[in-house]
Amino acid sequence: MTQPFPFSAIVGQEEMKQAMILTAIDPSIGGVLVFGDRGTGKSTAVRALAALLPPIRAIKGCPVNSEKAAQVPDWASLKTKRAHDMPTPVIDLPLGATEDRVTGALDIEKALTKGEKAFQPGLLARANRGYLYIDEVNLLEDHIVDLLLDVAQSGENVVEREGLSIRHPARFVLVGSGNPEEGELRPQLLDRFGLSVEVASPKDIDTRVDVIKRRDAFENDNAAFMLRWQAEDAAIRDKILTARKALAKLKTTDSILHDVAELCLALGSDGLRGELTLLKAARAFAAWRNDTALTRAHVRAVAPMALRHRLRRDPLDEAGSGTRVARTVEEVLG
Amino acid sequence: MDSWEQATLALQLVAIDPGLGGITIRARSGPVRDRLLALVDPAARKLHPAISDEALFGGLNLAATLENGHIVQEQGLLSHPGALILTMAERASTALAARLAIALDAGQHSLIALDEGAEPDEALDAKLAERLAFHVDLSELSINNLSAQDTVNRATSDLRTITHNPDILHQITAIATQLGIDSLRAPLFTLRAARALAALLGRDRVTSDDLETACALTLAHRATRVPEPEPQEPEAPPPEQDDAQNNQDTADLPDELLLDAVRAMLPDNLLERLAAQKARQGRGNGTGAARKGNRRGRPLPSRAGRLSDGARIDIIATLRAAAPWQTIRKQATGRDTLQIRPSDIHVKRFEEKSDRLLIFTVDASGSSALSRLAEAKGAVELLLAQAYARRDHVALVAFRGTEAELLLPPTRSLVQTKRRLAALPGGGATPLAAGMVTAYEQATQAQRRGLTPTVAILTDGRANIALDGTANRKQAAIDAQQIARLLRAGNIATLVIDTGNRPEPALRELAQTLAATYLPMPRADAKRLSQSVATALGD
Repeated sequence: MTQPFPFSAIVGQEEMKQAMILTAIDPSIGGVLVFGDRGTGKSTAVRALAALLPPIRAIKGCPVNSEKAAQVPDWASLKTKRAHDMPTPVIDLPLGATEDRVTGALDIEKALTKGEKAFQPGLLARANRGYLYIDEVNLLEDHIVDLLLDVAQSGENVVEREGLSIRHPARFVLVGSGNPEEGELRPQLLDRFGLSVEVASPKDIDTRVDVIKRRDAFENDNAAFMLRWQAEDAAIRDKILTARKALAKLKTTDSILHDVAELCLALGSDGLRGELTLLKAARAFAAWRNDTALTRAHVRAVAPMALRHRLRRDPLDEAGSGTRVARTVEEVLG
Repeated sequence: MDSWEQATLALQLVAIDPGLGGITIRARSGPVRDRLLALVDPAARKLHPAISDEALFGGLNLAATLENGHIVQEQGLLSHPGALILTMAERASTALAARLAIALDAGQHSLIALDEGAEPDEALDAKLAERLAFHVDLSELSINNLSAQDTVNRATSDLRTITHNPDILHQITAIATQLGIDSLRAPLFTLRAARALAALLGRDRVTSDDLETACALTLAHRATRVPEPEPQEPEAPPPEQDDAQNNQDTADLPDELLLDAVRAMLPDNLLERLAAQKARQGRGNGTGAARKGNRRGRPLPSRAGRLSDGARIDIIATLRAAAPWQTIRKQATGRDTLQIRPSDIHVKRFEEKSDRLLIFTVDASGSSALSRLAEAKGAVELLLAQAYARRDHVALVAFRGTEAELLLPPTRSLVQTKRRLAALPGGGATPLAAGMVTAYEQATQAQRRGLTPTVAILTDGRANIALDGTANRKQAAIDAQQIARLLRAGNIATLVIDTGNRPEPALRELAQTLAATYLPMPRADAKRLSQSVATALGD
């Protein structure tokens, strides 16, 4: 089972799928956080995301997937610098990965056998210009979280260890999933995710049967199933590309900006990242829907996923933050 | 079907279709388990909970590399598809569970998890248990009661050619829902198990018997509620089967029959198990006592050592140690390269903070309830907010009447803690010793899991119920002192908060035995109390 389950074949979970599509349209939105119970298709959706992403142009063999030959770091020591199309990298960051696996470290093999001081790039290098996926993100060790925060903020990975002094670009979109019952996520890391969605198992029998049917077909009739759904995936991919183009032409009026600011103010979200993300997500959503101008309806549609995780958290508040956002949206936008 | 038959059948099914994930076998090591493991494919590889990444995924064999002067790679256990056996599965860390879960998701491996947990809350990580189709409990079995011969059959028909009636998908889903199983992995496992069963028995189509067995095997242990027996519908006789060829088919099997099959397998202690499942939660990191490790945390100076159990090499220190010997070694071997001996190797050491667990032990007895229970609750709530900021875990123990109750197993979910605390009623006698025993159990369990426990006892100190539940003021005090010595011997940090109207001398004495900080709070408001506690805890 080398091919992941196709994205378009995922039943229901519309909000999660929408959030992933939005971040594929505009990666600067900054990733998706998926929180939900076990067995709700979180991991499946993230692994399927890779197939949706259009290929990127990069120098062949470059450890940081540089676009142009001039950007290839000198420590990579590439002989030829030819560009090729490669799938957008989606890199798994396993729990309990050590610091040097994440940032990169001295290449021990080379050091010991050849006596060379060489840099062995880590996961952050491979994730450059792509996605970094962390399953069970709320269980990630704190020192790795600190490291990720720092890199995500600066877009650059700095390695100063074992006599190495290396910096390389590390711009990636964070995608995380987790089960909130198992632990909470630090607000600083929460803020790094552009959008957040909460998923639950579908409650209605027909939907559940659909899920089982498709999974069964995926496992037992793989060829026909993939043929059918890969076509759908390709259609979504084309639509994402169209939307990316449309994004530039999209008009944003001052009154919408005003709405967005007012909404964030009413919710008391920290900083300006909330406004920016909400605006970007709304624009991506409008482009996805083929609309030429940004309207309140777009803002309203994406407000919960863009703001839910940015509210100043009251640890003892029992109501979900999603409902708080929805309520405020009703009040502000009418 | 008894649990032995279940276990052997489950083993056969997993051998046919590794996509079923595997089996959790809950049993202590013993002849019964040995006999079952003798049936497992001898090629299965064994993992232990402390297995390192190199052993799992492979990596550089440093000793051989140094010896031979060229790179020697080692293969990991996960490099080849096949069956894995995880021993002492209840001790597996969340990180290991996550890795194995990813490996299982790839569909190449199957896992037999040997869960040797003695307590209900010691069990395999939920994330991993979810990905294993079967769960069998052999702990009640005795080797004497087993039949002499076990039969292990191989699949007699090809799994891929087996067909099933599309209607059974509806049935499986409906039953899973009735049993309160949210995860969609469960019904998928049921379907797979039914197909594997058909393959095992040499059929080319899933029959009602297969489905019934599959439901019982895969759904019973996941049930979160006992389904209500539905009222009989008199006007709905099973529809006549027109198709004679289909009379062995599954469509005519009423849901109720399948549900009965599962119900028969439901464990008697379902509710206890549910509570235990809640306790079985993952954990990350926070602040607590420092412990030395060799993998993460703040770096300490490196020292000479062997590269085993996941230690990381300190290259610079290693080279520095090797440098003075180069001339001699080159003369000795005649090779003109850098020569490093295993004895030069220096490994890194790190200091890591472990998580802290705050165990609130709250006196909800009548004497407390009158005056101070509300205040104590308020103080605990304030401490919870602080615990949230420090990412501490909290547990809540309340004692009143004749016994203590663990209201909340260690968790980070503060909303839950608050809810349980608010619902805590007051009244009854003061079984202080019982409360301390429960707190002690939680604390030692937490220590075993690598947490650093702190017990905060909030009481007015008028213990009047002894450990055996009798109302005996004198015995109660003696019992409390005894448990206090136990807590102190276990090196568990404690804090005694006197919530009585006047400071209680007996409680001060208890605090001395505990070597605990004693905080008399005659007229404290919640805020002041929480400040004192925070100071006492060393924030």
